[in-house]
Order: sequence, then C-alpha cells, then structure tokens
Amino acid sequence: MDLAHDVSDDTIFHLEDDHGHAESGNSTMLGFWIYLMSDCLIFAMLFAVYGVLGGNYAAGPAPKDLFDLPLVALNTTMLLLSSITYGFAMLEMAKGRVRSMQMWLVITGLFGLAFLGIELYEFAHLIHEGATPQRSGFLSSFFTLVGTHGLHVTFGLVWLVVLMVQVSRHGLIVANQRRLMCLSMFWHFLDVIWIGVFTFVYLMGMLR
Amino acid sequence: MFDNPALLKAIFGRLTLESLPLHEPIVVATFVVVALGGITLVGALSFFRLWGYLWREWFTSVDHKRIGVMYMVLGIVMLLRGFSDAIMMRLQQAMAFGGSEGYLNSHHYDQIFTAHGVIMIFFVAMPLVTGLMNFVVPLQIGARDVSFPFLNNFSFWMTAGGAVIVMMSLFVGEFARTGWLAYPPLSGIGYSPDVGVDYYIWALQVAGVGTLLSGVNLVCTIVKMRAPGMTMMRMPIFTWTALCTNVLIVAAFPVLTAVLALLSLDRYVGTNFFTNDFGGNPMMYVNLIWIWGHPEVYILILPAFGIFSEVTSTFCGKRLFGYTSMVYATIVITILSYLVWLHHFFTMGSGASVNSFFGITTMIISIPTGAKIFNWLFTMYRGRIRFELPMMWTVAFMLTFTVGGMTGVLLAVPPADFVLHNSLFLVAHFHNVIIGGVLFGLFAGISYWFPKAFGFRLDPFWGKMSFWFWVVGFWFAFMPLYVLGLMGVTRRLRVFDDPSLQIWFIIAAFGAFLILLGIVSFLIQIFVSVRRREQLRDDTGDPWDGRTLEWATASPPPAYNFAFTPVIHDGDAWADMKQRGYQRPLTGFRDIHMPRNTGAGVILAGLSVVLAVALIWYIWWLAIVSFVALIGYAIAHTFNYDRDFHIASGDVTHVEDERTRLLAANTQAG
Repeated sequence: MDLAHDVSDDTIFHLEDDHGHAESGNSTMLGFWIYLMSDCLIFAMLFAVYGVLGGNYAAGPAPKDLFDLPLVALNTTMLLLSSITYGFAMLEMAKGRVRSMQMWLVITGLFGLAFLGIELYEFAHLIHEGATPQRSGFLSSFFTLVGTHGLHVTFGLVWLVVLMVQVSRHGLIVANQRRLMCLSMFWHFLDVIWIGVFTFVYLMGMLR
Repeated sequence: MFDNPALLKAIFGRLTLESLPLHEPIVVATFVVVALGGITLVGALSFFRLWGYLWREWFTSVDHKRIGVMYMVLGIVMLLRGFSDAIMMRLQQAMAFGGSEGYLNSHHYDQIFTAHGVIMIFFVAMPLVTGLMNFVVPLQIGARDVSFPFLNNFSFWMTAGGAVIVMMSLFVGEFARTGWLAYPPLSGIGYSPDVGVDYYIWALQVAGVGTLLSGVNLVCTIVKMRAPGMTMMRMPIFTWTALCTNVLIVAAFPVLTAVLALLSLDRYVGTNFFTNDFGGNPMMYVNLIWIWGHPEVYILILPAFGIFSEVTSTFCGKRLFGYTSMVYATIVITILSYLVWLHHFFTMGSGASVNSFFGITTMIISIPTGAKIFNWLFTMYRGRIRFELPMMWTVAFMLTFTVGGMTGVLLAVPPADFVLHNSLFLVAHFHNVIIGGVLFGLFAGISYWFPKAFGFRLDPFWGKMSFWFWVVGFWFAFMPLYVLGLMGVTRRLRVFDDPSLQIWFIIAAFGAFLILLGIVSFLIQIFVSVRRREQLRDDTGDPWDGRTLEWATASPPPAYNFAFTPVIHDGDAWADMKQRGYQRPLTGFRDIHMPRNTGAGVILAGLSVVLAVALIWYIWWLAIVSFVALIGYAIAHTFNYDRDFHIASGDVTHVEDERTRLLAANTQAG
C-alpha cells in the first residue's frame, strides 16, 4: 500500500448516487441456495443414518422382500418428468408467456401429485404387510428418508399452487419471477435427492 | 363434564393440575418471584403506555441494530436464569456431605444441570453472539441492513420463542433430566416418559430454525452487501469471524434439527433409531449430535476471537498484527471443527486408530488458535495500549483461555481422556474456555460497542467491579473442579461420601458467589450508565478512536446507517479515512430505500410456540389448529408485496444536519 496518499488526491470515500440496496434479487438467489445446501445436509444425515441402520432388519423383512422396482421406476419417471416440465415453464417465463407457463406448471403439479400418490400407495402397501416404521431400524430409517423427501415434494406442491395464484394476480413481476426461480431450484434439488434415494435405497437395496 | 377423563384428555392432552409442580417449594417460590416481577414489568409498561412504542419501534422492527439489541437483552435475561441454576448446583454440592442430602432432591437437581447447560449455550451464548454479529456486521461492511431484514426479525422471535418454551418448563411440568445433550436411551420414551425431553426437543427445534435462518442471512449479507472496495481481505476481522461462524451455523444446525427430529420420531411414533432393540443404535445419536455439537463451540468462540482482535487493534492504536494469518487461522479452525467430534466420546470404543485420528486433529486445532494468541500479543507489543474495559477483558481472556486450551490438549490425548472422561476435570475445561473465551469476549464486545448502540459509554467503575469479580470468581469456581476431576470425581453428582472433598466444593461455591457479584455489578453498571448518560455521552460516534467503518457513522447510527454508501480503499477503512483527511459530506442527500416493519415475525414465532406446546402436552387438536394457522399465515404473508419504503431526502438531511451540529459543538468544546 502506498503510504504517500494525502488529502490532495481525488480518492472518493463515498458513492454520491447509490441504488445498490434495492437490488436484493441476487441476494435472494444466493440465500436460497445456501438454504438448499443446509437442507441437503439434512438429507445427507438421513442417508448416513440409513447407511448405518439399513442392514438392521431385526428379524423382519429386508429390501428384497419389500421393494417393487417397476413401481419405483415409474415413480422416478414421474418426478423426472416433472422436473423437465418445470424447466419448460421457466423457458416460457423467460419469454414472458404467462398462459403457457401456467399450463406447464399445472402439468408439473400433476406429475408431482402422481409421484406422491404412488409413494403413498407404496407406503400403505408396506404397512399393510406389517413392514411398519416401528418394525426395525432399517424400516425406521427407510420411511424417514423417503418420507422426508415426500414431505418436501408436498411442500413444493403447496408452494407451486400459491405461486400460480400469485402469478395470475400480479403477472410476471420481478418478485414473482424471483419466487419461481427459487421454487425451480427447490424442485430440481428434490429431483437430485430422489436420484440418490433411488440408487442407494432401492437399487442397492435389491443387491443386498 | 369435568369428571369425564376421556374428554379432559382430548382437550388438555396429558396436561393436568398435577403437572404444576406445587409440591416443590423452591419452584413455587421461584414462580412467585418471577410472577411478581412479570406483573410489575407488565404493569409498568402499561402505566407508562410503552406497549405501542415497543411494538412499533422494537418488536416489529426489521432494523438489524434493534434486532441485535433485542438479542442482547434476551441473552442477558437468560443469563440470570442460567446462572441461578449454576449457583444452586454449587450450593447443593457444597452442602451434600456427611450424610446430608443437600437441599435439592434428585428429580429437581437433574433438571437443573440439564437446564443450566441448555440455557447457557442456546439462550445465553447464542443470542449474545448472534446479537453482536447482527448489530456490528452490517455497520462494519458499510451496508444499510442485512440481506433479508424480515427474516432477521423472524429469526430473533424464533430464538425468543425457544427461550419461552424452556422457561415454561420451569412452571408447567418439568424439564429434561438427561444432561444437556439428552443421550438416548435415557432420553427415549422408556426412561423419560414425561414431558421433560419433549420440552427440550421443541425448545431447541424452534430456536434452531431461528439460528439457521439468521446464519443464512448473515452469510448472504457478508458475501453480497459489502461496500465497494471492501475485498474479502479488507474485511474487518470481526466480520471474517462472523462469516466463518455463520458458515458453521448453516453447516451444523441442520444436523441438530435432523437428529432431534429422529429422537422425536422415536418418542412420538415408536421408531427404532436410537433404541436398544429392533436394530436401533444409541451411539449413532451421540455421533450425530456431536457432529453438530463440536462446530457449535466454534460457532461461539470464533466471534469472540473477532471481538478480541478488534479490541486489541483499537486499544493498541495500531493495525492488527498478522491480519492475513488471522484470517487463515480462522478458516482452518472452521474446517478442523468438523474433524474432531469423536473426541467427545473416546470411550465409545472405536479403537486405537480412530481415536488417534481424532486425538491428533484435536491437537492440531491448537496451532491456529496459538497463532491467534501470538498475533494479539504482537499487536500489543510496542503498541500504545489503553487499558479501558474491553482491553482488560482481552488480557484476562488471553491468560485464562490459554490455560483452558492447554487442558483441552491434555484431554485430546485418548489415554488421558479415558481417565478424565465425564469427570469434573472436563467440566472445568469447557467452562474455562467458554467463560474465559466466549463470555469474556462478549463482555469485551458489549463494553466496546455499547456506545455505538446507545450514544453513551458504560460506566467504567462498575464495569471494573464486574470485571474483577468475574475474573477472580471464575478462577475460584473452576480451579477446584480441575483438582476434583483429577481426583476422580465424576460430573452431575448430587451427594458425596468422602468428606475430604468438601473443601474444594466450598471454594468453588465461593467462586460462584463472586461471579454472582460480578453479574450484579454488570446490572448496576447498566443502570448507573443509563442514569449518568449525559456525563457519559459521546457525540462523535467514535469514542475509542476506532479503526473500522462502524465508527464512521453517528452513535446511535441512523436507521439507514450511512447517508452515502462508503467506498473502501484499505483494511481498517475508518482509520485510513481519518488519516487521509476524509471530509464528511454535508449536502446532496437522496431518498434512501429501506424495508418496512412487520409484525409477521412475532405472529409466526408465536404460532410456532403454540404448536410446540401442543406437541409437548399431546394436545393434538391444538397442534393441528396451530400448524394450519402457521402455514396459512406464512402463505398469506407472501401475498404482501408492499414491503419497503423510502426515507425522504429531507429527513436524511435533517438527521445529518443534526449530526453536523453535534460534531461542530464537540470540536469547539474539545
């Protein structure tokens, strides 16, 4: 650092005209991203717990006795398709086409609902067979991991509906676009988590 | 209809008249005192018609400075509760010898040591640390507020909500009797069927949401909202430590949330995560909770290191020695704090290799920490040291903390730990670093930044009284515990057989009494300072000849912090500006865009507390109602798009002219 600076140089110490504060959009995306990473840690922990307890059947049923891979594959397809359709909605948003964006959001929501429906069917089926969360450490961690993901999807669906109402009321104003971007990150994030669930819980489970 | 037990159960869950601890005279007396105090406070607020003012200007405020002050008030109030628990334990242990049972039964005593730990960490240290970061960081980086001002208000109220839940457990039902981390299977439904552990879980879950969100908020603020020219390596060191601390919060608190959720599932649904049978694994809880718990202690100490750095550099009148090494030391500590959790339970039996790994990583942490100590010492070396109160705390810290650090390295040696594990030696060690590090740091920070927050200094005489009582009291209270620990006394004991131990407990109790005087002196200090505020007033905004940006603006700072966004050319920006003859702008003020106050944070946190209480007491209908209300209100809040306003340039001019007048008057008087 040059120590010879003195008053005479025309160094400025403040901005005459600042409009920096209003631009919180970038902050929101970063903040939401950081939140997602913290959520990711919750899932990381649940995966770790499944890793520890996943083999503790306590003389109860094991993955091979329980999992119906074709059904889970169908379920995975639903969620992956919903991610694609959400992407289409975002493309429409970028072009400013509200109606077709809303249509893609509806389709996304329907795929999400289908995913949840199949998951609930699977859970009901397991519980009916006596494979309840209380049965063993394996089943406790299985239901918690998959169920937490399902809760996130449910929350995402509620959020989706709220945003569709808000867009229909106020149009694609900056605030709404920002919110749709956040939900977009959230939705794709859930997809990534599900790929982990599908791989580590279902596919690897069948190999155990 | 009141004879129908099924109906009563449907309405009140497991809450009955027997839940009120009327058979515990100590609790009843406490309740009477708290109730009288509460009624007096509410009466006084109503009499002076302050509710509206408090609601409009404070409770609903999104101003980071006011939220910071509210965090500090919360922390200080809870300190009184946490300390009451402490002195009760010291008294019990000093008394319960030679066949005496002391004055606390085991049911009560076990709740006290649990509540003491929980309150001191979550509701004293965390609010005080978060409060200081909230207040100082935006000012230090030349910002007008944090990134998400509403979220900030909400975070505060969630933390306060957690504190309300803990306080409620004192008078309705009971608190956990498990120790502050509630290890299963003791905390499982089989051994702890009552509401105590549920109070623990939900208090921490509610407060944890607040902590996590405020962590996200401050990381975002520091990354995104620094004044132009403030590169990362020009950030004040306190801001650096705040950044690392909040990164730790974001990376650690989700683990706590998740592990407590799993414990709740075990207790409410009957799953088998941490049970002894059906494939559960209690040691997994211990691992998981310490994966949060160890970073947590660094969450507390890093900001304290930041405070000491600011104080040392200011009161020695020179740039911090080894700024860059200080930053890297902080980052290294941040990373290492994730690699040491297993040292909390070497006795688990994970084998020599695992224990050596964690022992070595633990010892390595003392290297960056030692580097920091040397940096402070070299900053003092040939500095023009002014021994004002913050500097006194800093020196006391360096002496005390070094001892605590060394006993920490001792405990990091697995074979030694097998002997000292769960002993009073450990208790002495962590109080040594938390009181000698975190608390001394917070007191330094409070006396350092108080004039910035309120425009007048704290009274030095009572501050010094508090200082000496605290420091001497600390040594009296905890050195005997090192001795007792080495003699093999385990922690959390209520009665003792060996009469030769009693003298050490009496010395420790005497130390606790000195600390009591220290706390009383601190309260007197605040009271006296408020009364003498005209003599203690500082109109310059820069009472200590500070070096960082927060001292560039008025004390207390205006709502918008800086009329113009500052531009930074050097680390220690304000010292640089003063040196180069910076002239404060007097004209040309513009409208300033600011967030609007909102009551949504209070309401959402209030609903969360209701939900938590309903879950604790199995009042299912109330749980459903409050959950639906919570979600509904949160959604409704998102329909409010009108969240900001402009402070008119005329108002800004008015405020700034007033400051110009004060500064001129001050220059003439000086």
